[in-house]
Amino acid sequence: MYVLPLLSGGLTLVGAMMVVTCPVAVHAVLYLVVTLLSLAMVLAMLGAQFAAALEIIIYAGAIMVLFVFVIMMLNLGQPDRDREKEWLRPRAWIGPGLLAVVACGELLYGLPTLSDPDGAVFPIDARDVGLSLFGTYVLMVELASFLLLAGLVTAFHIGRTLRERP
Amino acid sequence: MAALLPLVVVWPLAATVIVFLSAGRIKGRSAGILATGAVGLSAMTGGVLAAGFMSGAVTYPLHVTLWEWMRVPGFSATIAFALDPVSLVMIAVVTIVGFLIHLYAIGYMAADPGSARFFGCMTLFVAAMLVLVLASDLLCLFIGWEGVGLCSYLLIGFWYDSPANTAAARKAFYITRIGDVAMLCGLLMMATATASLQIDGLLFAVTAGQLSPAVMTGSALLLLTGALAKSAQIPFQSWLPDAMAGPTPTSALIHAATMVTAGVYLLARLHGLFAAAAPAMAIMAAIGMLTLLVAACTALVQSDLKRILAWSTISQLGYMYLALGVGAWQAALFHLVTHACFKALLFLCAGAIIARVDHEQDIFRMGGLRRFMPGVTAAFVIGAGALAALPLVTAGFYSKEMILSAVWRGQPVLTPDFILSGHLLWGGALFGALLTALYIFRCVFLVFYGQEKTVPTGRTRWVMAVPLGCLAFLSVFVGCVEMPGDIAPVHLFTRFVDPAGMAFHPHEPVWLLLAGAITPVAGAGIAWIVWGRSGPVTRTIPETGGGTDDLLPVMPLRFVVRITRYDLPDRLAAAAGWMTRATSRMMMRARRAALHLAAERTAMVGREGTVVLVRMQNGRVRWYAGWIVAGLGAALAWAMLS
Amino acid sequence: MTAFPFNAALLLAALLFSIGLAGVLVRRNLVFMLMSLDIMLNAAGLVFVAAGARWQDASGQVMFLMILALAASETAVGLAIILCLHAHGRPSLDADTGNLLRG
Repeated sequence: MYVLPLLSGGLTLVGAMMVVTCPVAVHAVLYLVVTLLSLAMVLAMLGAQFAAALEIIIYAGAIMVLFVFVIMMLNLGQPDRDREKEWLRPRAWIGPGLLAVVACGELLYGLPTLSDPDGAVFPIDARDVGLSLFGTYVLMVELASFLLLAGLVTAFHIGRTLRERP
Repeated sequence: MAALLPLVVVWPLAATVIVFLSAGRIKGRSAGILATGAVGLSAMTGGVLAAGFMSGAVTYPLHVTLWEWMRVPGFSATIAFALDPVSLVMIAVVTIVGFLIHLYAIGYMAADPGSARFFGCMTLFVAAMLVLVLASDLLCLFIGWEGVGLCSYLLIGFWYDSPANTAAARKAFYITRIGDVAMLCGLLMMATATASLQIDGLLFAVTAGQLSPAVMTGSALLLLTGALAKSAQIPFQSWLPDAMAGPTPTSALIHAATMVTAGVYLLARLHGLFAAAAPAMAIMAAIGMLTLLVAACTALVQSDLKRILAWSTISQLGYMYLALGVGAWQAALFHLVTHACFKALLFLCAGAIIARVDHEQDIFRMGGLRRFMPGVTAAFVIGAGALAALPLVTAGFYSKEMILSAVWRGQPVLTPDFILSGHLLWGGALFGALLTALYIFRCVFLVFYGQEKTVPTGRTRWVMAVPLGCLAFLSVFVGCVEMPGDIAPVHLFTRFVDPAGMAFHPHEPVWLLLAGAITPVAGAGIAWIVWGRSGPVTRTIPETGGGTDDLLPVMPLRFVVRITRYDLPDRLAAAAGWMTRATSRMMMRARRAALHLAAERTAMVGREGTVVLVRMQNGRVRWYAGWIVAGLGAALAWAMLS
Repeated sequence: MTAFPFNAALLLAALLFSIGLAGVLVRRNLVFMLMSLDIMLNAAGLVFVAAGARWQDASGQVMFLMILALAASETAVGLAIILCLHAHGRPSLDADTGNLLRG
């Protein structure tokens, strides 16, 4: 009954763990793709097929390809792997791990709906999302376009200085 | 007829697009002709609209909705134009003066390699200003408002290879940006209160009392801040004199037709809102008064020809704000029109002079120029006369007289207990008129009279001379459309822009009019005595930038100089410095005495605390992230436990 | 398809967020920090979608789209900075040396 939810949720968590702990960048990217795909599965099971599709296309597709390209250009090798391992000694985990555990505990403690037995979810199709997006939230869409434009210009600018300087 | 309205904006915009898209293939002269032609077409379109208006073929206000920008629950915005008498007047000013300046610029910028870019920016400037004056929706107006700011940045920094120019451009942009943010806040405030930014709907909501007084006063003050920054009024005055870094036609455009007048237009357009927000009106009047005096005093001691004109613009805008502050928006608008004519004339004359004397801008290094350039001299004297408001023969006289009489009657109410006296404001404005005549005729006498110090070269070309002639003509005769009741009962302007407000001209004492007429003449006379009779002292080049005391042998003028030197930000900084010094001196004494221990402790705590803070700011991103998480954890814990 | 319980989605999001958080704090390589940030953003998006599904409101997915746009621009700018640093003699991409960066 709960095989599929358990599988996809567990896969998400395992993938995320591997991203955080893996010393090799390309492997981490592949784990991140796995995480995102299983997260897309979760989204689909929550009745958000549109969001799931976007997660696959934009996140696991476009953004991850960006990561792969950059890692290719960085030309990482064995020294980098060793350095990563050096940086990931158990001692380095103490502070961040503590902070993360505290934050996680607080989040779980602070979510009262976790004890809410009535957890039914309703599917929302792309039509509703579209109507909402270009109705109520049209101003926000404009703002998001500004943001993307700013991101584009910034990335272009930084990349240009990269090319022109020797 | 309604279809013609967007065309007014489309012509200059099209010229901009063509010039910019040609990417340098259209060379300077053809770009100039294209730009001038586009603005001319715009002026003609405006003329057709005005003719339709006069003949009654069109009834105002003429509304044209181009498209609906956005509609969300609780707010809608349209790109819409509206034509009414006020915007018609503004179209006339912007396009006609803009056309003459463009024509002049063909000659002025002929030798400049970047003149195509220049004309592209200039037409965009005109287009943005036209959007601003035609918009019937405040959000649409804001587009024009920002466009004007952008173009001023581009044009002030036109010669971008000099760091001083780009610094001036940035300064103008930043300072007006402060005002823009305030204005945006004001717009948002009104948008949340009325769900739309349609000007008509807004003013209706104000008169119908749908807005709470707090909202009205708050948004009026915020809009006022925006307008003050745009019009370079105190405390935002410092960008305009620096804006002289741009080419002279740009200065003329900024000062006469576009940019600085935008603030006045906005306040005149929303006068209904401001009438309901009395404190904002009183503040407006007070700032206008202060600005006109301070700027006039500053103009009196400047030695750069263009800077004198820049400060005079600030001063004249102060008159407009004063008029707006006492509710006489018609007078402010009328002064805007006449000011546009004579200030454009003065700037273009200054450009012609500067171009002929090898780009020398110091008036003390000029002199005797009337023998070399009689035409420019005549035009400049006409402009100077109009600026000084010499009685009867100049346009400036009629508009300034209208403002003065309105100020005499006005009673701006700051709070019910504190009412500014109209008579006092009138006295200040009259003193400002005296100073105006003084500084501009100082300029005239130093530049055109006396012995020659530089010999001009070349000739003023006809494309530059024709606009000067036209503007000189306008500077003399445009005032005839509105006259004080005691001279002739001509009230065409008031009747045109405000048919309902004809009760605006009650009878007033004749001596007011006489005082307003005699003061400028007196000012010009004093200027002749001090600088005109070629007294050897006053005509020499000042030793240092600030050493102007020697130039003023007449005793009362020393007082004026002292006021002028009263640079407020400087003084504030100095006061702050003084207070710091005083405080530290006190601390020192205290330490020597009984408070020694306490001071030591305070210093120690400060020092140690600083060390901890410095440790936190180690520049490591991961530490910052850690601090954020710690803060998040603390906030969550506090939220859950409390 | 089996429905995913709302509570489980919240649990998953909280865990995912914490994992991403630990990643941001523990990794010194900027590439890994960016990836961890993406995990955190995804956790936030999951909460939005779950809440939208729980209360049957399309706003949840709209917010998810906004997060997507945010993540896209963040990643683009971040990766551009990484490339820039790499080309300017900082091949280790160590975030802890960023405090010595000039200009």
